[in-house]
Amino acid sequence: MTLENVLLVSAILFAIGLYGALTRRNAIVLLMSIELMFNAVNIAAIGFSRFTLPAALSGSRIEVTADTVQTALSGHVFAIFIIAAAAAEVALGLALVIAIYRQRQTTDVSELDTMRG
Amino acid sequence: MSAHDLWLLSPELSVAALGVIVIIADLILEKKTPLIWISVIGLTVPLTFALLLWFNTPDPEIGVFGTVTADRLALFFHFLLIGTTAAVIVASVTYSRKFAGFQGEYLALMLLSVSGMMLLASSRDIITAYLALEVSTLPVAALAAFLRTDRSLEAGLKFLLLSALSSAILLYGLVYLYGVTGTTDIGGILDAISGMSADGGRAFGSSALMLGVVMVIAGFGFKMAVAPFHMWVPDVYEGAPTPIVAFLSIASKSAAFAIVLRILYTALGSNDLAADWSVLLAILAAITMTAGNLLALTQRNIKRMLGYSTVAHAGYLLVGLAAVAANSDSEGFIAGPQGVLFYLVAYAFTNLAVFFAIIAITNKTGSDLISGFAGMARRAPFMSVLLALGLLSLLGIPPTAGFLGKIFVFSAAVDSGLAWLAVVGVINSVVSAFYYLRVVRTMFLDEPENDERVTADIPVWAATMTASAGLLIFGIAPSSLLEFARHAVSGVVT
Repeated sequence: MTLENVLLVSAILFAIGLYGALTRRNAIVLLMSIELMFNAVNIAAIGFSRFTLPAALSGSRIEVTADTVQTALSGHVFAIFIIAAAAAEVALGLALVIAIYRQRQTTDVSELDTMRG
Repeated sequence: MSAHDLWLLSPELSVAALGVIVIIADLILEKKTPLIWISVIGLTVPLTFALLLWFNTPDPEIGVFGTVTADRLALFFHFLLIGTTAAVIVASVTYSRKFAGFQGEYLALMLLSVSGMMLLASSRDIITAYLALEVSTLPVAALAAFLRTDRSLEAGLKFLLLSALSSAILLYGLVYLYGVTGTTDIGGILDAISGMSADGGRAFGSSALMLGVVMVIAGFGFKMAVAPFHMWVPDVYEGAPTPIVAFLSIASKSAAFAIVLRILYTALGSNDLAADWSVLLAILAAITMTAGNLLALTQRNIKRMLGYSTVAHAGYLLVGLAAVAANSDSEGFIAGPQGVLFYLVAYAFTNLAVFFAIIAITNKTGSDLISGFAGMARRAPFMSVLLALGLLSLLGIPPTAGFLGKIFVFSAAVDSGLAWLAVVGVINSVVSAFYYLRVVRTMFLDEPENDERVTADIPVWAATMTASAGLLIFGIAPSSLLEFARHAVSGVVT
């Protein structure tokens, strides 16, 4: 497995998510598509981290210091924060979907067109 | 976290603490109006901390493992954000009766959002910047839906979905920046890039870096309301509560410009990289100005019209960011960002005056349609004059601050070899006269629907007066603000 493989999977997942986010009508499916995009980002972050960490640790020229390890681990930290922020985003999104469903009995975003121009 | 870290973060932390205090006070107090005064008076605490930091830190100090800085640029935006928030809170005294019983949550969400925006201006690390962005965005989505009407809920959901989409795009770009450079530190990214072997034929020297930069600019473009990422603006502006629209159009946009300025001028600040993103921003600026002004022409709802006007102003601001001197002497390099900072303050005063006057008038009439302002000069003469003054400043007529802001960014563009962009900007300003002056004409020349007087309440009247005074003072005597802006950018732009 190489970095290219990981980034390819990430790019494909991101593209699927973006396609869903741009074409789907159901607000909940939209949130799921966006979640897919966030997870594509997580894969890329972990991939970069995984393939730079050994280089930082085993490379003869680079001395292993707290600094290099911290740099390589940033990807993991990034992914954890993204998961947390995405959860908050979905929680608020679902709350809004429920509030709208109570008033209009629909979760279809194409019917949310009271404002035009 | 050491005591020094807490000291550097004290403005952000005290704003967040104020938000929590307001929630607790909301549980205790029977009457909700005191909460507004608790918030406004409480905002003097972060303001004091920011002033102390400004006078006591000679060098840009870095803290919390290098992720946060309290340099002059960050503090400049702290002042702007705290001032804007205080003014918006004062102006929502009457308006917030529409959500009676929930004023505590309204104020707390706004304060928490501001703490995120302030952290965004201070962050020196892309992970911190992303988290600050989320902290500032999520409360705004809830606030946009706060009226619980069909339109308001729709505005909230649209804002949330599109900001989540833009976050995902932004994150993809940030992760590529991290992957290419191996660091999340904004200062460290530049060192890593200059150490790499660049492919001279390609923009940014490598495809991966170009992908990262383009996606980062696209992601922040949503927050700055830059075309073609401006689709959420008109609907959210029309549906959301008017004070929140004022807050969104100034605070949210300023914070996004702060972080973009820092990333572009610090992480991507070398001359050959700057030449590449300068072209990208110049094209975006031209598209944004034109799209915003053309779409505003046909609007009937004043909040929707001002939404498109916001898009146009994001374009003028981008002109200043794109104005990186090609001749790269430090004097020319600083003029663009300095102009952007001046423009942001001028725009803040102007837009606050416009929105507060609209709040004062629509509190009584209840209609956001431009036709509802017919003959308002006879029903509310003073407010009509202030609204007209604000619209003239948005248009850029002397002696207003909006005029000088445009002069500074356009002249910076001409000095850095982007004369064509300045010409596009001036043509756009002329086009914008059509829709700004149409509102003025409706107010002063059309017949009123009825002769009932429209009087403003004292808080919103005072807030409108302050904002209008600011836009006149900085329009007549800009030198102190200009010097302030120069101090703020001098540490970042080298």
